[in-house]
Amino acid sequence: MKGYTEEELEKDLQNQEYKYGFVSNFETDRAPNGLNEDIIRFISEKREEPEWMLEKRLMAFNAWREMVEPEWAHLRYEKPDFQAISYYSAPKQQKKYESWDEVDPEMKETMRKLGISLEEQQRLTGTAVDFVVDSVSVATSFKEKLKELGIIFCPISEAVREHPELVKKYLGTVVPPTDNFYAALNSAVFTDGSFCYIPKGVRCPMELSTYFRINEGGTGQFERTLVIADQDSYVSYLEGCTAPQRDENQLHAAVVELIALDNAEIKYSTVQNWYPGDKEGKGGVFNFVTKRGLCEKGAKISWTQVETGSAITWKYPSCILKGDNSIGEFYSVAVTNGYQQADTGTKMIHLGKNTTSTIISKGISAGFSQNSYRGLVQIHPNAEGARNRSECDSLLLSDTSGAHTFPYIECKNKSAHVEHEATTSKISEEQLFYVRQRGIDEEKAIGLIVNGYAKEVLNRMPMEFAVEAQKLLEISLENSVG
Amino acid sequence: MLTIKNLHASIEEEGTEILKGLDLQVNPGEVHAIMGPNGSGKSTLASVLAGKDGYEVTEGEVSFVGKDLLELEVEDRAKEGVFLAMQYPVEIPGVSNINFLRLALAEKHKYEGKEPLSGKDFLAKVKEASAIVEMDSKLASRAVNVGFSGGEKKRNEIFQMAILEPKLAILDETDSGLDIDALRIVAGGVNKLKSDKNAVILITHYQRLLNYIKPDFVHVLYQGKIIKTGDSSLALKLEEKGYDWLIEENAQ
Repeated sequence: MKGYTEEELEKDLQNQEYKYGFVSNFETDRAPNGLNEDIIRFISEKREEPEWMLEKRLMAFNAWREMVEPEWAHLRYEKPDFQAISYYSAPKQQKKYESWDEVDPEMKETMRKLGISLEEQQRLTGTAVDFVVDSVSVATSFKEKLKELGIIFCPISEAVREHPELVKKYLGTVVPPTDNFYAALNSAVFTDGSFCYIPKGVRCPMELSTYFRINEGGTGQFERTLVIADQDSYVSYLEGCTAPQRDENQLHAAVVELIALDNAEIKYSTVQNWYPGDKEGKGGVFNFVTKRGLCEKGAKISWTQVETGSAITWKYPSCILKGDNSIGEFYSVAVTNGYQQADTGTKMIHLGKNTTSTIISKGISAGFSQNSYRGLVQIHPNAEGARNRSECDSLLLSDTSGAHTFPYIECKNKSAHVEHEATTSKISEEQLFYVRQRGIDEEKAIGLIVNGYAKEVLNRMPMEFAVEAQKLLEISLENSVG
Repeated sequence: MLTIKNLHASIEEEGTEILKGLDLQVNPGEVHAIMGPNGSGKSTLASVLAGKDGYEVTEGEVSFVGKDLLELEVEDRAKEGVFLAMQYPVEIPGVSNINFLRLALAEKHKYEGKEPLSGKDFLAKVKEASAIVEMDSKLASRAVNVGFSGGEKKRNEIFQMAILEPKLAILDETDSGLDIDALRIVAGGVNKLKSDKNAVILITHYQRLLNYIKPDFVHVLYQGKIIKTGDSSLALKLEEKGYDWLIEENAQ
C-alpha cells in the first residue's frame, strides 16, 4: 500500500465503472463522492494509518453495507444519499478572507449576537474559515503541560500512529462498529477527532476542549472521540460544535466513546449548534451521533448537553454502569425552533450492584419544531440496589410545535428503585406580562424565562460554556414569539 | 404627569365595558388612593395603564409625561417610569431576583441612553433597596417569588420598585393578605421612596393602608367612573359608613 497516492487512486477509480466519478480537481484533496472500499483505503492512507486500523475500517464498512437506516425515531426527513457525499475533504490551500468586508454579514451578525468583540470577530473569522475548509480541527493548546502529567490529548489520527496500544485496546469497545447504522458508517470513514488519556490517579488540571467545525458543502463530517480515564483519575471535557453552514442538508455522524476505569470520573459537556436550516426548514445539518460511556467499579460519567442546532438531531449519550457502585448522569437542554426536529435522550444500563443514575432532560419547542425525549433505563438481574431518577420536562413556546416523551423502563431486579417524572408546560401570559412590566421586551423575557427553566442543567456546565450556552438559547429562540 | 381623560375600556373577550369615562389627574409629588366596591374597575384601571393584554380601550386618552401612554408597548411604559406592583406577583423559576432586576435596570438605562451600572454600584443599590423593605438579602438572590410567602412577595414588589425608581408607582391591592407587621414594612418602604418627583396610585379596599401612607387625594371608583374625590378624611368616612350613601348620592 505504501506510496499509493491520490493520483493513483484517481487513476484506479477512473478505470472502474464508478457511478459518480471524479468531480473536483484532486489537488484539493477531496475524495470523489460516494463510498466504497477504495475510498476507505484512501482515507486510511491519507491518515497514514497502520494496517490494523484499515482492517477495522473495512470490517465496519462491510457491516454497514448489510445494515439499514433506523426508522424508529420520531423524525421525518429525506434519507441522505450516502453515495452523494464526499467522505474526505481537506484542501491543501487554506482559503482566507482577503478583508473583513468579504465576511458573510450574517456570520458577523451571529458573532455580534454571541457577544464577541469586533477585533475578536476578525481574528476568529480567520480561524473559523481555516476550520471550515479543513476537515476537522483540534485545539490542543497546553500540550506540553499536560504531557508532564502523562496526559495524552491529541487528534485521534495522531493517537492511532503514536499510541496504537491504547487505541487498539479501547477503540470500538463501548460503541462496537456494528452497534448501529451511523456508528458503523463512522467506524468505516471517520477522518479525525480527539483522543484523550488520563493516567492513573491524575486529576486533569484544566478543562480539555475540542471545537468541531463542519466542512464545505457536499461533504459529510464523521469525527471520532475516545476518552480514557484510568483508575482514580478525573477529567472534564468540553465539546463545541458551532459552525453555521447555509446550503443543503449535511450529514454529521460522530461517535464518542468514554471509558472510566475504577473510581475514575469523566465529565463530558457539549454545546451543539450546528446550522439548523433556514426559516422554511431548508438545509441544516443531520446530526446522527452515538455517544456512550462505560463505567467500571465506582466510576462516574456525567453527560451534559445543550442542543440548539441541527435540522435533525438523533442522539442518546448513554452510560453502561458495569462496575458496582458506578454512577451515570445525563443533563440535557434541547431547544428546537423553526422546523427543527430532535429525538434525544439517554440510556442508562445498570449492570453492577448499587449503581445510580440521574436523568434531567429539559426540552423546549418553538415554531413548527418537534422535540422528543427518548430514554431507556435498564436494570439487569444482577444490579442489586440500583437506583434511577428521571425528570423530563417539556416547555412549549408555540401552538404549532410538539413535545414528546418516550421513556422506556426495563427493570429485572426487585430491589431496584426507579423514579420517573414528566411535565409539560407553557410560558404563561402572566409571567410574560410580569417580566415585560419591569421593562424587558418580549423576546428577552422569553429568553430569561427559558434560561430559568433550563438552569438546573446550565448550572452543570463549566463556567465559560454556561455563558455561551445561555446566549445560544436566547439566539435560537429569536423570532419564536408569535 | 398622568392625565386620564374619559377613559372607556372593556374586556376583550366578552366585550363587557368596565371603565366608563374615567378622568384622573396625577401630578408629581402626589399620592392618590383609589377605593371602591368589588367590581368597580380598580384593577382594570391598573391593568389598562400598564398595558396588559385582554383589555380594549374604546374611547378616551391617557397621557403620561407628555406621551400617549396607550400607544406604548408594555415594556416601554415600564421604561418610561410606570411601575405596577401586582396583586398576585408571579413566580419565575430558575431566574434569580437579582439577575432579573439587573436586566430590567439595564434595559431602562439603555432606553434612557445611560450606561448600565457597574456590578459594584448595582450591588450597593440592591443593599440599599433591601434595607428599605427590611428584606433579607438572601431573598434577592432567590428565584423571583418562588417559595416566597404572601408577605414576602408583596415586599419583593416594593423592593423592585426601589431598584427601578419609577416616576409613577401603581400599587394594586398591595395591602391585601398582609399581616400588620408586613403592612407597616411595605407602607414604610413606599413612604421612603416617595418624593416630590414621583407619584403613587394606591388601589385598595381598606382604609387601614392609608393610616400608613397618607394620600393627598382619595377617589371612589364605582361602575367604571370616579364618583367622588376628597382628601384622606373621605377614606375614614367610607370606613365608617361604607359605600352605599355615596352610591345613593350619585344616583340622584
